[in-house]
Amino acid sequence: MEKMPKWADVALIPLINLVLALVVSGIVVTLIGEDPFEAMAIMVRGAVGSTYGWGYTLFYATNFIFTGLAVAVAFHAKLFNIGGEGQAQIGSLGVALVCLAIPWPHWILALPVAVIGGALFGAAWAAIPAYLQARRGSHIVITTIMFNFIASALLVYLLVETLKAPGMAPETERFPPGTFLPNARDIFAAVGIEFGRSPLNIAFLLGLLACWLVWLLMWRTKLGYEIRAFGHSESAAVYAGISPFRIVMLAMLISGALAGLMAVNAVMGEQQRLLQDNVLGAGFVGIAVALMGRSHPVGVLLAAILFGALYQGGAELEFETSVPREMIVVIQALVILFTGALDNMVRDPVKRMFLRYGKRDPQPGTTPAE
Amino acid sequence: MNQATAPAIELKGISKAFGPVQANKDISIRVMPGTIHGIIGENGAGKSTLMSILYGFYKADSGEIFIHGNRTPIPDSQAAIAAGIGMVFQHFKLVENFTVLENVVLGAEEGGRLTPSLSKARKLLKQLSEEYELHVDPDALIQDLGVGMQQRVEILKALYRQADILILDEPTGVLTPAEADHLFRILEGLKREGKTIVLITHKLREIMEITDTVSVMRRGEMTATVKTAETSPEQLAELMVGRKVLLRVDKEPAQPGRVVLEVENLRVIDGKGVERVRGIDLQVRAGEILGVAGVAGNGQSELLEVLGGMRTGTGTIRVNGQEIDLTGKHSDARTRRKRGIAHVPEDRQREGLIMDYYAWENVGFGYHDDPEYNRGWLMNNDALRDDARRKIEKFDVRPADCWLTAKNFSGGNQQKIVIARELERNPDLLLVGQPTRGVDIGAIEFIHQQIVALRDAGKAVLLVSVELDEIMSLSDRIAVMFDGRIMGERLPSETDERELGLLMAGISDTEKPHDAAEVEQNLAHARGKVM
Repeated sequence: MEKMPKWADVALIPLINLVLALVVSGIVVTLIGEDPFEAMAIMVRGAVGSTYGWGYTLFYATNFIFTGLAVAVAFHAKLFNIGGEGQAQIGSLGVALVCLAIPWPHWILALPVAVIGGALFGAAWAAIPAYLQARRGSHIVITTIMFNFIASALLVYLLVETLKAPGMAPETERFPPGTFLPNARDIFAAVGIEFGRSPLNIAFLLGLLACWLVWLLMWRTKLGYEIRAFGHSESAAVYAGISPFRIVMLAMLISGALAGLMAVNAVMGEQQRLLQDNVLGAGFVGIAVALMGRSHPVGVLLAAILFGALYQGGAELEFETSVPREMIVVIQALVILFTGALDNMVRDPVKRMFLRYGKRDPQPGTTPAE
Repeated sequence: MNQATAPAIELKGISKAFGPVQANKDISIRVMPGTIHGIIGENGAGKSTLMSILYGFYKADSGEIFIHGNRTPIPDSQAAIAAGIGMVFQHFKLVENFTVLENVVLGAEEGGRLTPSLSKARKLLKQLSEEYELHVDPDALIQDLGVGMQQRVEILKALYRQADILILDEPTGVLTPAEADHLFRILEGLKREGKTIVLITHKLREIMEITDTVSVMRRGEMTATVKTAETSPEQLAELMVGRKVLLRVDKEPAQPGRVVLEVENLRVIDGKGVERVRGIDLQVRAGEILGVAGVAGNGQSELLEVLGGMRTGTGTIRVNGQEIDLTGKHSDARTRRKRGIAHVPEDRQREGLIMDYYAWENVGFGYHDDPEYNRGWLMNNDALRDDARRKIEKFDVRPADCWLTAKNFSGGNQQKIVIARELERNPDLLLVGQPTRGVDIGAIEFIHQQIVALRDAGKAVLLVSVELDEIMSLSDRIAVMFDGRIMGERLPSETDERELGLLMAGISDTEKPHDAAEVEQNLAHARGKVM
């Protein structure tokens, strides 16, 4: 059967999804007695209307890039890793241990080691569900979501019992100044540009690098070729001599490592100490980001920025209007619902529309449905 | 035939397009009542689309349908049933854990209570089975029945809904020769009772054997409708393909050399703990084709998969005198390829190709760690593409575009991509499963030539096929499998379909006369394990 053009798949459908989500959000905002157009304007202005807004938007986006890439890599192997949240939390433990271990003289030395720490811890946390899936057939959706709870409990235990700094709060001591990552404001100031105060730091560049590396991995290396083949058809992978065990393990290790790297941005770049709840749902947003970005690094990057804007715009909306915090969550949830879960609702009608009106555009190589 | 009667089915100017693809172009056809009408054509010719329109699955873009002279729009399958049309699909639509009776009644129950419908159906079923030799135990579960029996249930289902036009889509694909004969007797009986039968098939022999008239389709068009008695297989083949085709394989006698493949006491246990291959010994020599025949599900697939490294097993396999690892670290397909074994798998869509990969990505599939396709850490996609273009040209894959995904090629061209990939490796041993399943006649000829050419180059070929014609015409020796064992080996020149059919049914003493019921029972037993 004929399919629709690629641009419709990668651009038109996500756009329609987004518009639908905003329309429904508008109705909800109207229902609680606020002007939806005013609310929309505040959100857009808040997210991208100033360097300050951009700073926060891109800071959140950096978190979502890592968790989105994590989900995307697993998706390519047809593994639904919804444990990004837990993997990021354990990754943050790795980053924190690196930062607290020695009094780092300079961030240039601390960063690579923290990257390794976050990636290793995140990967290790993904390794157990991966092994259970690959060897025992325990479904990865179930195990990874359980591991989210275990990760959260483990972190609470460590922060209360062993890593806790003196004082009331369950958090570690502040990291030494040698681990502070250069902030966007400082970087821009160095070249004479005024940039608003925000937590945006060079981990954003690390996120861009991760996008490029994931692209390289998936479409230019043998491992990526094997992961994608396995994701399309396990029986064909076995026919080609690709070991399902190896692919499940490697795809999940890479996925967990990417989720763990989120901590470099959030924990090392902003919080500068290990807090009990440092991931704040970014692991779950990563699922929506990967879905909306069609599991392609470029798509993930764009979707991550969109969700970053949504987070930042939502915060502004909460600040400036009487729209309650919960309502912001509802709007974000609607976007996730429409772009992720209800994707096929839009996809099928659009596809049919293209089938009906696309006849005059013959393409080679199509065969009749028999 | 009474000239005054209106045709049972008359289609006028039916057209149907899927996007840019014209699946049916202005098709007109008349099927007279009380006849068996064959529709023949290659895969993708539009046969199934046409029948799906008649059964209400698709809506035609233009054209009209007349049933017994009355214009009858058929928007859905309920309308088709109401018009007296019954359809027996290639893949049966039965509920496995329901009884025969329940399946027959399903969807045609009367009233809220089931019991009256069931007892009424039981009576009708008894009557039908006596009338048409359609014997089935009404209380048997579908999952316990063989394929031939399940097909009868499908026919009964249609008759129960008072169909007087019966459409059968490739009905013999899964049957042994004996079962196919039985089906044809049933169809003859139905025809005598005045039913109209439309038989969709790609097998010329069946058309010649049973139909009264035959329509040929090619590329969405009806190219001819002729009386079967006035045509020949050669003429039909030419009408289907659009050029003269060689129906038999042209090959010299084999010149067997040294033993390439040696299998001793091979056993395979599947994931459910059922022993599928139960102690097989066989040899294949260089320069010969060993054909493995058998009804689907008697262990041939597992034999092929073990040899190809897709499953583990016990016993001994030697290739070129060297033993092969069957369970350990080196029992995978990659290692087999390195030992000179190429494998054209039975199911190209599930195994042989990644349907969402481009043709050029598929050309390296399984050999993707070959240095030829790699450059340091990265894959050398340019090399893959160059290689793909070369193979596409050499094997005449159409369309000749390495940037199309595998699913956009027709079955025959998909198979050519697999064959090109495996044969161009110049293997010592070629494993081939169902090389021409769902492949058009033109491509069948080509694929058979390629396999014979490999044999003539002194390579060993192990062919597994459920198509007896293919086994008979390609093989230099034939081994028949039944219930995980080899029932016997024959030379193609010294055997016939009848004898092979008996071996396929598990009867090794093919000399003495046999009771049809015994054969039936044996088959049901063999398949019972599979279902």
